[in-house]
This record gives sequence, C-alpha cells and structure tokens, in this order.
Amino acid sequence: MPAIEKQMNTKDLTISMGPQHPATHGVLRVVLDLDGERVLKCTPYVGYLHRGVEKLAENKTYLSALPLTDRLDYISSMSNNVGYCVAVERLFGIEAPERAKYIRTIMCEMTRISSHIIGVSTHALDIGAMTLFLYSFRDREVLMDLFEMVCGARLTVSYPRIGGVRNDVNQEFIDRLYAFTEEFPKTIEREYETLLNENRIWKQRTEGIGVISAEEAISWGLTGPTLRGSGVPYDVRKFAPYDAYDKVEFNVPVGKNGDVYDRYLCRMEELKQSNFIIRQCLEQMPKGAILAPDAPKFTLPAKDKVLNDMESLIHQFVLITKGPISAPEGEIYVATEVPKGELGYYLISDGSGRPYRMRLRAPSFVHISALPVFCRDALVADVIANIGTIDIVLGECDR
Amino acid sequence: MALENNPDVVEIEKGLRVIPGANTIIASMDMIVDWARLSSLWPMTFGLACCAIEMMTTGSSHYDLDRLGIIFRGSPRQADFVIIAGTVTKKMTPIIRRVYDQMAEPRYVIAMGSCACSGGIFNSYSTVQGVDNFLPVDVYIPGCPPRPEALLEGIIKLQEKIKKEHFKWSRWR
Ligand code: SF4
Repeated sequence: MPAIEKQMNTKDLTISMGPQHPATHGVLRVVLDLDGERVLKCTPYVGYLHRGVEKLAENKTYLSALPLTDRLDYISSMSNNVGYCVAVERLFGIEAPERAKYIRTIMCEMTRISSHIIGVSTHALDIGAMTLFLYSFRDREVLMDLFEMVCGARLTVSYPRIGGVRNDVNQEFIDRLYAFTEEFPKTIEREYETLLNENRIWKQRTEGIGVISAEEAISWGLTGPTLRGSGVPYDVRKFAPYDAYDKVEFNVPVGKNGDVYDRYLCRMEELKQSNFIIRQCLEQMPKGAILAPDAPKFTLPAKDKVLNDMESLIHQFVLITKGPISAPEGEIYVATEVPKGELGYYLISDGSGRPYRMRLRAPSFVHISALPVFCRDALVADVIANIGTIDIVLGECDR
Repeated sequence: MALENNPDVVEIEKGLRVIPGANTIIASMDMIVDWARLSSLWPMTFGLACCAIEMMTTGSSHYDLDRLGIIFRGSPRQADFVIIAGTVTKKMTPIIRRVYDQMAEPRYVIAMGSCACSGGIFNSYSTVQGVDNFLPVDVYIPGCPPRPEALLEGIIKLQEKIKKEHFKWSRWR
C-alpha cells in the first residue's frame, strides 16, 4: 500500500517576548524567530526604561548627581555610588580617608552578596526552582536591615560621598555584620548549594546551555562573572584596585566550560569570597575620619555641624543655592567592579561645578548585546536561562 | 422590623446577620460581593524599575503577601489589580495601557513609588510624569522606593476602598 505522504505546511513564527514578561528581569524585549521550538534568530530591543540619566546629570552638581547613580543598577546601588565617587575623586585628586575606604569596600561587598542573591535566585525561579528564592531573600533581608541602619534607606542608599562616606558605622552594625559573616558561608553550603548544585533538573537546564568561549566573551566585551564563567580571570578589583581592595586577599573564581552552570558556580563562589572580604575589612578597619578634608567643596557638612557652626551653615547654603564654585577642568574614565561586571564612568569637567558629560559604560548593556550569541541554536526555554545567566538590570542598560 | 427582634437572627457586624443552625447569611449583595473581591486580590505585577525589587521583597519570605490571599500573577487576564512599580517611560506607555485594557473588570491600579505617582526625580524628556496621565489610579504609594510595609499598607487601603463600593456587582461602571 503506498504510503500517503502529506506535506505539512510549516512556517517560521516570530514572537515578541516582553517588554512585559516576568522572566525578562524588567522591561527587556526580545524578538524571537522560531522554527518550532528552535530559535533561529534572537534580537533584543532595549530602551523601555530610558530615563535620561546621563542628560539629567549634566544639570546637577557633582553632589546631587549622586542619587541618580544608585537608580541605575538598583540591585547594587552601593557599588554604583562608590564607582561614581571614585571617579569624581580621581578627577579632582581627592583622597578618601582610610576608614572611609574600608567602609565603602564593606558596602560594595555586601551589595555584591545581595545582588548575586537576587541574580541567582530569580534565575532559578525562572527555570522553575522556586525554593532558593524564598530561602535567599531571608538572608538578603539581614543585609537590607544593615543598610537601613547605616543610612536609613534599604535600596536606593546614596550613602557614599565624594571623598568619603556620609555616616560612620557604629559598633552594633559591626557586630551584626560580623554575626552575619559567621553564619552566611554555612547557609550557602547547607541550603543554597544543596538545593541547586546536584539538582538534576537544574543541571539539565543549565549544563551545556549558552556556551560562550573565552575569545568570544572577550571580543563581545563581557565582564564580571559572565566573563569569568568562560575561564578569564579578569576582575577590576585585582587589576586596578580602588578603595581597600589592594589591602585584602581574595580569589577570583573562574569557570571552565563557559555555560550557564559554570557562571552559576562562579557567582556562588563569589558570594563566599565577598563574605571573606567583609570579614577582613571588619578586622583591619582603622579608626579615624570618614570624609576627606578637601571634600567639603563637593559634600554637604554634617547636619549637627550646620546647626552649631556658622562656617558650616554658610558653606551648606552656598553649596545648595549655587553649587560648587569651581572645579578643575579635566576628563577621566574610571572603571569599578560592580556585581554585574565592569562599570565605567566617563566624566568631563568644564570647570563649572557640574559634570559637562557623564557617560556610563554599563555591563548590562554590553551583556544584552551578546544575548544572540548565547542563544545560538537554543530552544525557547533556554532563552530564559540565558537571560538569567547574563544577570541584567534594565535600569543600568537603558539609563 | 422583624429581623431586629427575631431571637434566631444574630447580628455579627453592622449589616451582616446569620441564623445559627440554619446555614444562612443575611446581608446586602454589596457586602458579600465586596467581601469576596477584597479577600483574594491577585495583582498583576508590572515591575518597571527599582520599585519592582521592593515589590518582589514584599512577595517573598520575609513579608509574605500570600497570607493576605495575594498571589502575583504574570498575566493580565488573571489579575484583579495592577501594581505599576517603577519609572514609566514614554516608550513603555502604550504597553502599560494595553496590559491594563486586557485586564478583566473590575480592575484597580496601584501606583507604587514616586516615579509612578509623579515622575519622581526623573523630570526628563523621556519619562511620563505620573502614571495617572493615562490610567485611573486607585491608590498612590509614595516613597523612593516605598518600603515593603508601605506596599502592604497600600494594598490594605485598596481593600478598604473595595469594601465601600456600592452596586459595583450588577454591572461594572
Ligand atoms: S520611585 Fe525611586 S525607587 Fe521607585 S522606580 Fe522611581 S527612582 Fe526607582
């Protein structure tokens, strides 16, 4: 009997994923050309959160541009603030006191922990492992409480200042943070890694997915754990140390295969390393001032001084009404290592006391541009895994 | 009236009576419908920016929205209200509007954060100065970002609002 051959009419399907999609970590839009389950072409579209931060900064003084920066990568606001402060300090030759440097390093690493917690747990949530999300947010809450204790805000902190930090940390903060660092590595091993590392479903969804070679990763400009997962030990904290990073010891974990699973392992290891850095900083932190003596040109005096001291009052008045009187001219590019990768600030000063240009090199933007590379020959479900693994924040990408 | 003096009818709160043993509730339709609506509000989460992180925190283990019968939904079809959490840009506006139009009535809107309420610190060429320019907002939650407790408070305020509604069960208007 002759086989009846029926020609199946198939056609490629184009779907738009996002910008309203719970797994796109914000408002990323990805247009996918599909042949069945297979992705033929993946095109990311950005700009849905473009807030004009760079332009807004040009109309603000160096001090009042600071709150804009922690709304860029809102998961790691401290690191963004510190990056900005370091850039302005280098531009004007201000040197923050030693204690402030240590405090900022502690804050950056706390932020790294909280950012990786969100990154990994929402990544796991998207692929279907919900438990980690609930466990890890419990630990993140401890860090949020500590942030609140030191500056009054949980998320958008604006705590570092040009030339130091706003408030000194007190003993209670140190004790509570120390207690956290005692407990946290055990929590990672006992809970996070038990839940995921050997989880068969997790491994199948991540191993061999989104593979990128070291050469490709470098040529696409990837940084941070996304690059280190491919085996490149590049970390700005090691290569161009800022703040107190040259005084502490830590390893830069690298992966081997450059797939989603290796990048996950890198992030897990970085959690432990950050924890280690915080402990060292807490032990080594010297006493002393928290604001550089020449910083007042850019930073408001403390509130109690304003109320009791004529000089400070006048100073604050002038700063707020007029902005800084003068600032040297110049331009600078300063890179810092934020949890997502290398965050660069390019500042131009024209002497007016306001940044003439503040350009950002945001890691998320670069990582999204490499999304089509990650999604080569992927299935639709892997696209979700790939978006999770590059750990993006759209606020920083779209600016 | 007979209802008041009848010893078999017990008044639990104003306007709500039960007849014990008879498995009967006597109340106005408003009351029953409003009670049903406010007791399991499912939000559609529209996380746009920083405020979305606090919204996530509110839903996670520490603050735990589930205990109010609130379960996040990703789809407008299953949602009773939408939380606009974050900066609304001009490019995003048609999408938000479309998602709102897809929601089944009755529907409510919570504007979470200064950005969604009024534009916040981003007074620039690309941001919308408040989501109420194109959506009917029921509850505004100020703050940059509002604390998770503030979001909880906002949702409870929305529940109070729903509780006071009259004749919103026959036809949505
Ligand atoms: S209100 Fe503040 S925290 Fe919320 S989205 Fe706007 S800038 Fe971010």
